[in-house]
Amino acid sequence: MKASVPMKTMPPQLTALFEAIGEWRQRFRSPLLLFGAVIVCFSVLVALLGPFFAPYDPIAVDVTNRLQPPSFQHPMGTDELGRDLFSRLLYGARISLGMGIMITTLGGSVGFVIGCISGFLGGVVDNIIMRLTDIVMSVPSLVLAMALTAALGPSLTNAMLALAFVGMPSYVRLARGQALSLSCKPYVQAAKAYGASPWAILRGHIFPNALPPILVVATLDVGAVILAAAALSFLGLGAQPPVAEWGAMVASGRSYLATHWWYPVFPGLAILVVAVGFNLIGDGLNDLLDPAGRARKS
Amino acid sequence: MAFAIVRQRLMLLGVVLLGLTMVTFVISRLIPTDPARLIAGDYASEEVVEGIRVELGLNDPIPVQYGRYIGDVAQGDLGISIRTGRPVLRDLAAYFPATLELTLAAMLIAITFGIALGVLSAIYKDGWVDQFVRLFALVGFSTPSFWLALLLIYLFYGQLGLLPAGGRIDPLLDDFSHPTGLLLIDSLLALRLDAFVSAAAHLILPAMSLAFIMIGGFARLVRASVLEELRRDYVRTARSFGLTERRVVVRHVLPNALNPFVTQLGVYFGAMLTGAVVVESMYAWPGLGSYILQAIESLDFPAIMGFTLMTGFIYVLINLSVDLLYLAINPELRGART
Repeated sequence: MKASVPMKTMPPQLTALFEAIGEWRQRFRSPLLLFGAVIVCFSVLVALLGPFFAPYDPIAVDVTNRLQPPSFQHPMGTDELGRDLFSRLLYGARISLGMGIMITTLGGSVGFVIGCISGFLGGVVDNIIMRLTDIVMSVPSLVLAMALTAALGPSLTNAMLALAFVGMPSYVRLARGQALSLSCKPYVQAAKAYGASPWAILRGHIFPNALPPILVVATLDVGAVILAAAALSFLGLGAQPPVAEWGAMVASGRSYLATHWWYPVFPGLAILVVAVGFNLIGDGLNDLLDPAGRARKS
Repeated sequence: MAFAIVRQRLMLLGVVLLGLTMVTFVISRLIPTDPARLIAGDYASEEVVEGIRVELGLNDPIPVQYGRYIGDVAQGDLGISIRTGRPVLRDLAAYFPATLELTLAAMLIAITFGIALGVLSAIYKDGWVDQFVRLFALVGFSTPSFWLALLLIYLFYGQLGLLPAGGRIDPLLDDFSHPTGLLLIDSLLALRLDAFVSAAAHLILPAMSLAFIMIGGFARLVRASVLEELRRDYVRTARSFGLTERRVVVRHVLPNALNPFVTQLGVYFGAMLTGAVVVESMYAWPGLGSYILQAIESLDFPAIMGFTLMTGFIYVLINLSVDLLYLAINPELRGART
């Protein structure tokens, strides 16, 4: 009985906090989530610092050393122009990760604002916005992104714009749902009654409170977006040569597969590893934040 | 009541399809080059280009052009492909069966393995099968399909020499008629076993590349709903009657557990269609994916618009039928939605 005394004197918020921390630690004991975090942190580090460690210039042509197998001089071999694949891979991390994060940020933030406005204002505006998202979502996203990039002209920027655009509707819907439920909250009603302008309510109450779930979904999305961006580049719609983008590197290496396997294999492996990292985190976050799933698991 | 829902869904379908034409129309307007110049070619004189422009009505106001476009689409006229010079609809129809065969085969593989692995990982929850399936799903979601296709080609074609790596069938055996366009079925109809074997061998690698992404995901879905069902009262009852665990799972749990799975298939079919574009390009598979990539390369905008429209149409239709199917197999929802 004595042992329970300190528990009783502890404020409930603190108890809740400790419980939450305990649960996080429990989760992080799950090696998969930790592993995912390690992979993502490592790849972010590579993206940030990689170019400083790259032994060669990623676009410097050296035809005397073309298609060399992996060795001490070239840990991942060289491509058909004698460029060092390891250096290209390091530089490519910046492009692939950067694309994934920028596309998600762009599509997510624009979608978030539109969705919040749609849910908060309701009525005709909401109806129009929702029908528009229906329409955009009625085409499989990669197909729409392909068509858009083809129309705009294949380039890294256009591929990013297209992918951000096709990713937007799901954020619009999610944010709209959040805004809809928030606008029934007493403090929002009070602000309305007080005569606050819609924009002030959106900024002061809706945006900050609707944001956290969107952030989680955006994190879950990055892995898939990196894959989609790599696929567009692979198809020749994204990064253009000589840019060291992983998808494009697999594409240019594909015809050398039979004779020089390392050329297309390493960049593909890099995409796989980064995507696994983000998906592991997504998986773990899902477990952590979905109480239903948590109950089911225990 | 059910009729009201169906009617409502069909009306919504109309709105979405109209919206789709708007999307494809906007895409065609985004193309920075002059379509008339594209059709005429680089060496045509300005008069010829202007003639084509007038002929296509490109000088008309945008709303007039859009109205004409909708009218054409409604009549099944998707325009003439710049690259092939044939009607886009006929081109799409010619390439569609190959994609259908590929996606159906991939679906079949993914569903079979997905259900088997899902049930196993639910029964042996937290065991090594379960952990393996979890990892498998993760890697499946994270593998670039074009890269997986490369590896499979390298292994099964390059190293082992077991399977072909391009095309749909050995061209020498392709001398029978194609009433359905699905070579597996056509070869059987023509009683050509050699052709059937060749078509099947050509299908394995592309279908596996496409299915791989899905298997783990399917397994996870099945696992979740089997676990859900295993906790139900009827399972306890069945067990207390002394039925074997195998019978309980196969006869009682599985039919119920597959309901929610069916509704998810529609979503996955969209992923399958886009995956097919990438995979087809790897295996020189003469389907819609190869067609659209060639169209993109030559800025063949009627073909790009037609393809986008058709994909959207199929996707919407599949999702609609999945919804209706779910309504049909789940009577509880019929009352709930109205």
